[in-house]
Amino acid sequence: MIRFENVSFGYGNVRVLRDVSFHVAPGETSVIFGVSGSGKSTILKLVAGLVRPQSGRIVINGTDMTQVSESKWSRIRPQIGFVFQGGALFDSMTVGENIGYALLENTDKPLAEIEATVRETLRFLNLSEDLIDILPDSLSGGMQRRVAIGRAVAAVDPLIMLYDEPTTGLDPVSTRAIAEMILKLKDVKGVSSIIVTHQIADAFGMTDHFIVLHDGVVVFDGTCAELIHSDNQHVREFLAPFIDSVRALPGVFE
Amino acid sequence: MVSFSILKRFAWDLQELLKYSVQLGRRLFGRPFYFVETVEQMYFLGVGSLFLVVLTGAFAGQGFALQFSIELADFGSKNYLGRVMAIAVFRELAPVLTALMVAARVAAGITAELGSMKSSEQIDALRAFGVDPIRKLAVTRFWAIFIMLPVLTIICDFVAIYGGYIIAIYIAHISGTAYWTNVMVKVNLGNIIVGLTKPFLFAVIIATISTHMGFSTEGGTKGVGRSTTDSVVACSITILMVNFLFTRLIVPLLKGIL
Repeated sequence: MIRFENVSFGYGNVRVLRDVSFHVAPGETSVIFGVSGSGKSTILKLVAGLVRPQSGRIVINGTDMTQVSESKWSRIRPQIGFVFQGGALFDSMTVGENIGYALLENTDKPLAEIEATVRETLRFLNLSEDLIDILPDSLSGGMQRRVAIGRAVAAVDPLIMLYDEPTTGLDPVSTRAIAEMILKLKDVKGVSSIIVTHQIADAFGMTDHFIVLHDGVVVFDGTCAELIHSDNQHVREFLAPFIDSVRALPGVFE
Repeated sequence: MVSFSILKRFAWDLQELLKYSVQLGRRLFGRPFYFVETVEQMYFLGVGSLFLVVLTGAFAGQGFALQFSIELADFGSKNYLGRVMAIAVFRELAPVLTALMVAARVAAGITAELGSMKSSEQIDALRAFGVDPIRKLAVTRFWAIFIMLPVLTIICDFVAIYGGYIIAIYIAHISGTAYWTNVMVKVNLGNIIVGLTKPFLFAVIIATISTHMGFSTEGGTKGVGRSTTDSVVACSITILMVNFLFTRLIVPLLKGIL
């Protein structure tokens, strides 16, 4: 579904990713761990075509996306749901306009039909339909992230979902709600997902495929059990503060 | 060494601005065209700046008329005040002052808005939905300024000339007929060409620089503040430079009809 082959990328003279290779199977959810600045978010932007790699190939559904023109990318991008760090909701638009934005922009559907889709999405997100006319600034952080997920999935059934730090800075209740939402999307829509986070405990319940980035290099790619027992120094350093809580998670050592 | 790095930085910024100008220029006439957003921006930029432009025109026109009525009186040429006012207002004062006022108000607003959108990843979110941010955010603002700045300049022309009329009547004690007759002598093709070409040039400057500064904002809230200040400064200086160059190059060519 998504394959990175020796992808390198940098901003100016600063190298962010070096020879990154990994594979996400159809319908699979992969979690990318790494400290801040390790290049996690850049991977998502590369998958969405928001930035182009300097070398290497990114293959999605068998197509080498590095050879795709910008105009073709504009038509493909709506099939890739992107939940940005902090939501990136359009702050001058209401919740309803945010969720229905892609439909308004990319289709000729009548307003009544778009509103019905927005209301359906709000119900799917376990959010009140009364929020439809509210500006995003009035919502809590957790609600904003849920609206952001809704905005990403309302337009079309996405083939791929990308989550950039979806639970960072949220309280445990909101974190659980977001995690459930991500799992529900995977089960209901069968999308392939990449989740970028450094919230280790939150991620273990979501998948069994983990990638660890350190300084722009993939230092681990494997399952949960392999991750826990990894000898890689950077992986151990990254897991050390959380190892006890990870071991205590149900299912980790079953 | 420091001056070399400043020059290098300036050259790089200029190169980025030129690259962006090409990108913007290529999109000005293509589809999709966001008509509703353009009209909204025209309202915001035009109607929102109207009061500012009227105030500017009124006070600049009166101040200028006041100064020149005194000087012209020394030469016994008070009746020529209308002529001087027409030349100064149509060719220089109204186009330049209107552009500077709009740059201060509108360029700052555009850069701050786009800069905030960039910092909060809203620009990337637009692209993720298959929307071209330059078409959606820059082209709409470009046409809004391109249409509204000449309109505001014409309004400023009228207000400034009328401001001069008030000074002529009540302070310089010139007859209204003498004032308006002298003004009309200078309402000619040459002055109309000069006075109406400048706002279109200034509109291109304001729209291009302010949107470019917004899109290239980096560094969070502090970066937005820095971009906004830089945008207003760059617009203002470029307007004054282009105004001089335009006057130097074009006015001699139109000498016969001015």
